[in-house]
Amino acid sequence: MRTLEGLSIERPATLVGAVELLADGGQPLAGGTDLVVRLRQSESRPRRLVYLGRIPELRALSVEEGSAEIGAAVSHAEILSSPLAARLPILRQALSTIGGPAIRAMGTLGGNVANASPAADGLIPLYLLDAQVRLAGLTGEREIPLSSFVRGPGAIDLRSGELIRSLMLPFPAGTPLSYFRKVGRRRALVIAVASLGALVWETQGKIAQARVALGSVAPTVLRPAHVERALVGRELHAGSLEDLAELLSEETRPIDDLRATAAYRRQVAGSLLVDMAETLSNQE
Amino acid sequence: MRLEFELNGRRTVVNIPPGRRLLDLLREDLGLPGTKEGCGEGECGACTVLVNGQPTLACLALAAHVQGTAVCTVEGLAQAGELHPLQNAFIEHGAVQCGFCTPGLLMASYALLQKNPNPTRHEVREYLAGNLCRCTGYDQVIDAVLSAAKGQRCP
Repeated sequence: MRTLEGLSIERPATLVGAVELLADGGQPLAGGTDLVVRLRQSESRPRRLVYLGRIPELRALSVEEGSAEIGAAVSHAEILSSPLAARLPILRQALSTIGGPAIRAMGTLGGNVANASPAADGLIPLYLLDAQVRLAGLTGEREIPLSSFVRGPGAIDLRSGELIRSLMLPFPAGTPLSYFRKVGRRRALVIAVASLGALVWETQGKIAQARVALGSVAPTVLRPAHVERALVGRELHAGSLEDLAELLSEETRPIDDLRATAAYRRQVAGSLLVDMAETLSNQE
Repeated sequence: MRLEFELNGRRTVVNIPPGRRLLDLLREDLGLPGTKEGCGEGECGACTVLVNGQPTLACLALAAHVQGTAVCTVEGLAQAGELHPLQNAFIEHGAVQCGFCTPGLLMASYALLQKNPNPTRHEVREYLAGNLCRCTGYDQVIDAVLSAAKGQRCP
C-alpha cells in the first residue's frame, strides 16, 4: 500500500473549472470508494486529481413530470433518501444493496457509471430505465445512451476533458412490477456473483412487456433481448419461467474468476429468472 | 493544503498534503488513535467516523473530502468524562472482545440512532452490515444498540 501524499487535489466549484482541469490532464475524484483503493495499490498514479463534490450541477437531483436527472456526484444514500426512491422502486432496490451504509454515503452514482464494472449494482436499474448519460466537455455537452457509453469492464466512451455531468432517467410508463436480486457470499459488502433486475408490466395475469438486466455475467451489464421477447405473454407464478432459464443462460457470456466459475454464474442467472417469477407473483 | 474542519466540536486547522487520508490525519497528526485501520480498503468498517453526520470510512476519505465539514470520531462520544449511553450499553452487554472493531461499530450505531432512534432488530442488523467483527459475534452488539435506543436518545 502506498501513500497518496504526492498527489495534488483541486477542488473546483464550477463545472467549467472542472472541465478545464480535466482537459489539462487531471483525473476525476468523487466519493473515492473505488479510486482511493485503486490508487493505493497501483505503481503509477495521476499527479493531479480533480474533486467533483463541490460542483452544483453534479450535486443536483431533480424530478420532472416524466423523468429524473441525477447529478454524477450525488451519493447512493442521498438518492435513497430522496423522493425518487419511492417513484422508482427498482432504483431503491438496487442501490440499497451497494456496500454498506458508509459506502452508500460516500459512493456516487456517477462513480458507479465511470467505473463501468460488469458487477455494478447501480448500473442494473439504469440499464432497465434506458438511462442516458449527460456529458460535459470544453466544447459543450452531449447525451448518449448508457448502453453505448459503457464499452466493457472499466471502459467508457469518455473523451479527453469530458466529465459525466448527470444521468437522465426517463420514467417507465404505467406501474411495472420491479425485481432486483444479487447473489454473492453474503448480502452486504459483496461484489455480485450474478445479479438480475427486471421491470415487468402485467395485464390480466400475463406479461405484456418485460425488461431484464443482468450483472456479472458478461463484460458489461446485459439486456438479454431474446428473453425479454420470450417473456411476453407468459404467466407469473412459481415455476412458470423454468423453461426460459436455459435461454437466459445462453445469452450470458460469463468468466471464471476468484468469486465464481462461469458455469456457476450461468446457472445462477437462470435461477434468478425463476426466482423473479415467484417473487413477483407474490408481490401482486 | 490548508484544511479547516470541525473535529468533535472543535474548529481544527492543519496544513497537510491533500492526499493524506482522514485516517492518518486523525491517528498520526491529531493524536486520536481511537479510529482503527482494519483492512484499509473499505471492507471492514473499523475506521468508521461521521462526516456531517454520515457514516464515512476514514481509510477511503482524503483530506480533500473533509474540507469545511464536521467530523465526529469515537473520542467525541464521551462528554464531560461520562461515557455515551451506547458505550455503556456495549460494556453492559459484553459487546467487546478484542475491541478492534468497537470504535467503528459505535460510530455506525451512533449514526443509526441519529437517523432512527427506535430501530427494529432487523434495521440494526442491516445498518451494521458494513462493520465486521472477527471475534465475538454480533448478537451482543445488536442487543447493546437496541438497549441504548430504548434507554435514551443520543445527545
